[in-house]
Amino acid sequence: MNFPGTVYTLWLREIKRFYRNKGRLFGSMAMPALFLIVLGSGFGRVFQYRSDISYAEFLGPGIVAMSLLFSSMFGGMNVLWDKQFGFLKEILVAPVSRTAIMAGQTMGTVTTSMVKALVFLIALLVGGLIKSDLYGILPALVFMFLISASFVSLGIAFASRMSDPHAFPLIMNFLIMPVFFLSGALYPLDRIPGWLETVTRMNPLTYGVDGMRFALGAPYQFSPWLNLTVLLVFWIGTTVVGTVLFRKMSV
Amino acid sequence: MIDGNARGTISITGLGKNFGNLTALKDIHLEIGKGELFGLLGPNGAGKTTLISILSTILSPSAGTASVGGHDVQREANAVRRAIGIVFQDPSLDVELTGQENLDFHGRLYGMRGSLRKSRIDEVLSLVDLSIRRNDPVKTYSGGMRRRLEIARGLMHRPEVLFLDEPTLGLDPQTRRKIWHYIRSLEESFGMTIILTTHYMDEADRLCSRVAIIDRGEIVALDSPQNLKTRLGGDVLDVDIAEASPEFIEKLKIIGDLRSVKVQDGRLMITVERGESFVPRLFETAQTMGVAISAVSMRKPNLEDVFIQLTGREIREEAPVEPKDRIGIYRWGRRT
Repeated sequence: MNFPGTVYTLWLREIKRFYRNKGRLFGSMAMPALFLIVLGSGFGRVFQYRSDISYAEFLGPGIVAMSLLFSSMFGGMNVLWDKQFGFLKEILVAPVSRTAIMAGQTMGTVTTSMVKALVFLIALLVGGLIKSDLYGILPALVFMFLISASFVSLGIAFASRMSDPHAFPLIMNFLIMPVFFLSGALYPLDRIPGWLETVTRMNPLTYGVDGMRFALGAPYQFSPWLNLTVLLVFWIGTTVVGTVLFRKMSV
Repeated sequence: MIDGNARGTISITGLGKNFGNLTALKDIHLEIGKGELFGLLGPNGAGKTTLISILSTILSPSAGTASVGGHDVQREANAVRRAIGIVFQDPSLDVELTGQENLDFHGRLYGMRGSLRKSRIDEVLSLVDLSIRRNDPVKTYSGGMRRRLEIARGLMHRPEVLFLDEPTLGLDPQTRRKIWHYIRSLEESFGMTIILTTHYMDEADRLCSRVAIIDRGEIVALDSPQNLKTRLGGDVLDVDIAEASPEFIEKLKIIGDLRSVKVQDGRLMITVERGESFVPRLFETAQTMGVAISAVSMRKPNLEDVFIQLTGREIREEAPVEPKDRIGIYRWGRRT
């Protein structure tokens, strides 16, 4: 059975479902918008990092990364609903490779997550909170893809081992929140206590947020090549783990 | 995809399946020929779904071997998957997609090209009378319509073998008859081998050319419904009685050539060679012994009686939950 055909079939289904539920697009943007507006306005006055950048401008790329983190990790939910509603059986008895199924499922959720994040990014560009040109958007897309694909695989890895769709959000929030708060999305990395810096440097999302800041013209910390390397390694690792667990899953 | 195969289309040897220390299937031997409409009959939890799951490569057996269309279910899982279509016991549609999109998804997964896919979708939708609803999301379908769509989907790639796991469970009588009609027409028009599981005796009786009665993971009988009933033979008398004392039953055994006697909640079920000549003697005996009979009915034996005869239990009584369900998560209500 052909691999690309299977990937496309699974991808197409995700896109159709996404398109049919446009309401969810706006629902999923409410949380990042809230973070940006409340934190951006609330801390704006006390933020004295650099005179040429406001807190909202500093926060912007990190909130785009947050949108990606949330929608990507929760992508595993689709697998759990398919388990719950029996559709996964229909997929798994088909004469196709599970790796192709995993790839298609991942690509579908990566696409929808990136569409959500892009809508948010465009809103920031229009609102003047991100001062970037096309040369910035292209590397930003690379970082967005790596963030999304890594966390989609991680979400599916968890979903493959679980069966209760009600427990999944609990576990995801337990993971997502620390990953987000300890990613440097909310604060610059060079003004924080040593212990916090250590923890933050161990978080792969930190390098995604930093890469986004580099691409979108906000102050960044690490070399973009370091960011890219860490994210690539993280992506490969989560993809391998996710695929192995997905292949072993029973329904 | 259908090719001439002299051996059994399905061949099962010494098949067993354990879930932990629970035995779901024990030493199953079975040959099913090409074009047969075969029934797996048994109460809930007997192991029917487990057997179907092994044959459709969802579960792997703990012992023994099985082949479908000449392909081993473990070593050649992909070849088996290409050869089979399956309608699961539990719903398995994407309810957010339309009926047509569900079929399109299926066709793509089975590697069907654009024009073939389109013509097959039209064909199977009209077979199950769903053409006019094809562009509605499945969540707007009734339970019967969803079931029909699943059957249509199982047929789309013209499988050599079609598995139907409890195809009419929870459906109203009218829809059940409709689905029986589709199943029969499949067998006639495509010559497909169909394996059907059911705990409805009448369903197996009406549809299947041969049935295997499964109880507690073992095949307890294997024959045509007609032969199974004939083997039981005679007439079945259901006697409503106030109290069935052992003396009364002993006396009945003396006066008539009884095949079997069962007592079940205030009712005596008697199988006897010639019912019409036994009834007068039954009343006579009851009167002399002072036993009050409130009603008697006489009928030909059905598969239910065969099952009771073989297992000493009624098929409808709730057996333990099927092991497959037990290891699963809690599930949503069945189709409505």
